[in-house]
Amino acid sequence: MDSLTPTASTKSYANDAVKLHAQGICKFYDATAALNPIELKILAGELLTLLGPSGSGKTTLLQLIAGLVKPTSGRLMIDGRDQTDLEPYKRDIGVVFQNYSLFPHLTVQENIAFPLQMRGQSDRVSATQVSNALEMVGLERFGKRFPHELSGGQQQRVALARCLVYKPSLILMDESLSALDRKLREAMQVEIKRIHRETSSTIIFVTHDQEEALALSDRICLMNNGAIEQLGTPLELYDKPKTVFAATFIGTSNVVSGQLANAAQISSDISERLIDIGGDCKKVALGQPCSIAIRPENVRIGDCGAGILNGTIIEEIYAGSETRMMVELPNGSVFTVRVPGGAQRCQLGENVSLTWDPQHVRILES
Amino acid sequence: MASSDLSSPNLSATGKPSFRLGSIWLAVPGVAFLLIFFLWPTVHILVSAVWGDDGRFSSKALFSVFTSSSYSRVMATTFTVAVQVTVLCVLISYPLAYWLSRHSARRQRLLMMLILLPFWTSALVKNFAWLVLLGRNSNFAQFVTSMGGAGDRLLFNRTVVLFGIVHTLVPLCVIAMMPTFNQVNKSLLSAATTLGASPTQAFWRIFLPLSMRGVATAGLMIFVTSLGFFITPSLLGSPRETMVGQLIIEQINELQNLQQGSAFGVVLLVGAIIGVILFDRIFGLSGVAGGSGNSQPDDRVRRFGLWLCSRIGNMLDPVARGYRDTFRGLPGSRLLGAYSLLVIALLLVPVVAIIPMAFTSGSFLAFPPPGFSLRWFETYFASPIWMAATARSFGIGLACAALTIVVAATVAFAVVRSRSRLAGAIFIFFMSPMIVPHLVISIGLFYLFAQMSLIATDIGLVLGHSVIATPVVFIVVLSTLRGHDWRLDDAALTLGATPRRAFFRVTLPLISGGIAAGLITAFLISFEELTIALFIGGGLVTTLPKQLWSDIFLQINPTLAAASVVVLGVVTVLFLLMEVISYWRKPA
Ligand SMILES: Nc1ncnc2c1ncn2[C@@H]1O[C@H](COP(=O)(O)OP(=O)(O)O)[C@@H](O)[C@H]1O
Ligand SMILES: [Mg+2]
Repeated sequence: MDSLTPTASTKSYANDAVKLHAQGICKFYDATAALNPIELKILAGELLTLLGPSGSGKTTLLQLIAGLVKPTSGRLMIDGRDQTDLEPYKRDIGVVFQNYSLFPHLTVQENIAFPLQMRGQSDRVSATQVSNALEMVGLERFGKRFPHELSGGQQQRVALARCLVYKPSLILMDESLSALDRKLREAMQVEIKRIHRETSSTIIFVTHDQEEALALSDRICLMNNGAIEQLGTPLELYDKPKTVFAATFIGTSNVVSGQLANAAQISSDISERLIDIGGDCKKVALGQPCSIAIRPENVRIGDCGAGILNGTIIEEIYAGSETRMMVELPNGSVFTVRVPGGAQRCQLGENVSLTWDPQHVRILES
Repeated sequence: MASSDLSSPNLSATGKPSFRLGSIWLAVPGVAFLLIFFLWPTVHILVSAVWGDDGRFSSKALFSVFTSSSYSRVMATTFTVAVQVTVLCVLISYPLAYWLSRHSARRQRLLMMLILLPFWTSALVKNFAWLVLLGRNSNFAQFVTSMGGAGDRLLFNRTVVLFGIVHTLVPLCVIAMMPTFNQVNKSLLSAATTLGASPTQAFWRIFLPLSMRGVATAGLMIFVTSLGFFITPSLLGSPRETMVGQLIIEQINELQNLQQGSAFGVVLLVGAIIGVILFDRIFGLSGVAGGSGNSQPDDRVRRFGLWLCSRIGNMLDPVARGYRDTFRGLPGSRLLGAYSLLVIALLLVPVVAIIPMAFTSGSFLAFPPPGFSLRWFETYFASPIWMAATARSFGIGLACAALTIVVAATVAFAVVRSRSRLAGAIFIFFMSPMIVPHLVISIGLFYLFAQMSLIATDIGLVLGHSVIATPVVFIVVLSTLRGHDWRLDDAALTLGATPRRAFFRVTLPLISGGIAAGLITAFLISFEELTIALFIGGGLVTTLPKQLWSDIFLQINPTLAAASVVVLGVVTVLFLLMEVISYWRKPA
């Protein structure tokens, strides 16, 4: 898995300051691994998302960074210092919890003032900081309310304000937006990007929503089964997925498995003909099983018999700006094709051909 | 585990053991307390039952329990009464608890107060009230006579003893059933109806099997408590209703025969343990409800139970439909409501009736009193004996509350917060005093304190009351801690609070309601406790209940009613305070 280490895919950041460096950090509960040993460098001022399905170890990694859980082994360097054994309250970290974790017995103001009081600030200074923080999240009028008197979105913003008020240099957010409805979530995403720009803090954002990850991040750390699957910019992850998991978890991909027949073609059971692969296939040896992925928007539908594959249209899903077609191949597998706009050129049950540019084919490790 | 919260209680506490209030070591003082003052004395009486005063082995005392015809008759009475009481309590309480569980949380809270008031009113006061209310000259007795019944023989028989014990224990039974009943009613019954079950079928197929766990718990507590009951048979029974508790008191307090007393204690203890095993295994009740650690899907008892429930449900469904169609004006829920209110009213009778008795102007206890006066309160407040007993009860209650909350809360913290395997064992150990009759604990402590020269001392009473209060307070605090959102503490840590400050600024304010409830509970238990007071207090150091108890046998006069009203007043105020606190605790 050498190619998956962050250093390989993050050359462009090589000169930036490293904010956090997880060195082989891992967490085992009894014998089961919540997080396998991972190597991860996060750069100062970057917004990195941990993306992965439920149970992939995102929360565990976040807890390790916050110091709420002690690692089974490995080191955690923050700002160049080894902070593996540092108590959570001594770390310069802010956490926005998924359930907000607002203190129910304190008002909004008191909640936001809490971290300032813990840092021994005078009430007068903290009062102005609290009102600034409330202003930043647009809740000036709600300072005297109790958390349970606020809506979910408002509670979310209080949690954000409570985290921002003491200007931590590293902010962790665990699925912080997943409880909000779509509109509110998108508004908060814009808010977070703005705050990230204005405060120049480093943000680690956990989500299981790939759209959210693509929209927010400087880089995405894709996790699966307690390990890092791939690390890179949203564009890299979308355009150059390295594994079947990456190709299917982020966006949709048509994945075909087969064997490398020669340097430029693979054989598979969806077609008698060999399929051209434009990209490099150095990773796979001849005759070895491998998979290829083609994004639905790169597949074109043509008249029957004229393309690379033939199939039958079995479903058509209209989604406003585009239409998705499901095409069933002779061996029963289904290809998704994305057609811009709502133009209906094809009928359900019609036999069509599918073509694509070999340069859009990606070879995946299996 | 699809939920993805940043921290959950048990995973934060791994790491370093001393990291925060989650260490299992926190349980050490509490465990030591129960080891010394509960387990050791209890084991000790097992030994001393077969060890004579001369230090030699002798099984004579233990055998005499079964061979002496008078003893074995008492044992038979005791176990028969305990079984009868258990069955009656469960049958009477079940519909009441079911009715209560169908009310909204707010209504239920109000109605529960009417159950909690008689629950917290001491058995002594309630039975004393019955003594007057059902006495030869009472209105009720005259009414029964005028109807052609034996009004002059209402008291001092088996029926009235059963009635008295059942009346005393029904509130406990309902309270023990409520958590399970509420859980089932809230979440699952509506699901069952949306899945197409009629109310009758939903009851028989879903509610009944799932409620069995609550029934088993309640039944067990009733059985164990009634085994050691001595107040009711002493006050309302004839010599033929003598139960083993009375024999133990006689053997130890009057005859100083520790070995014989222990032998009875051992039989009680064994009876209680057999009860536990019966309830847990043979009835397989928790198995029917599923979810208990070791219930097997193919367990025969479980399958039979479910099969029976569904059969009855199917059979009764048309009956219920027919009933609904025929008696449109009188739905079953009305009947259930009327029944429940009647039971509640009956529970309140002695509690309410004792008040006018205390304000009588006459020289004898009577209901209704001939006139109003405060003379008996004046007597009470002027009596140095009563005043000393009252002051002592307050002092011991406060000390007991302080000691118990420390023991119970530290252990509850350890059990909730540590991931140690020992936590489960400690939990069971702390619940175990519940299944040991108080009489047995008292005898054991009597031995221990005799060696430590703690008999007839306030310290002895405080320690004894704390042993009895510990499991109850432990549950109160434990449920508060289990309900606490520990992620808030993690949040406080990440916001820069040291563990100490996080505890005082976040944890403590949020659990203070539970701690207050625990304190009040401990005080109330101590304030009304009679068994320990009888044994450990000796003749010299008397608490309020002890003074009441001895005066009932010496001279029944309205001062007793006045003292009872004082007890009732204190209890009511404190229990209302507890209600207010718990109401307050939930702002949302
Ligand atoms: N305290 C714990 N004890 C045992 N297993 C745990 C614990 N916490 C997490 N796990 C396991 O570790 C894995 C990763 O969990 P988590 O980090 O919460 O995943 P995510 O946040 O990505 O959904 C899961 O399989 C989970 O069951
Ligand atoms: Mg998670």
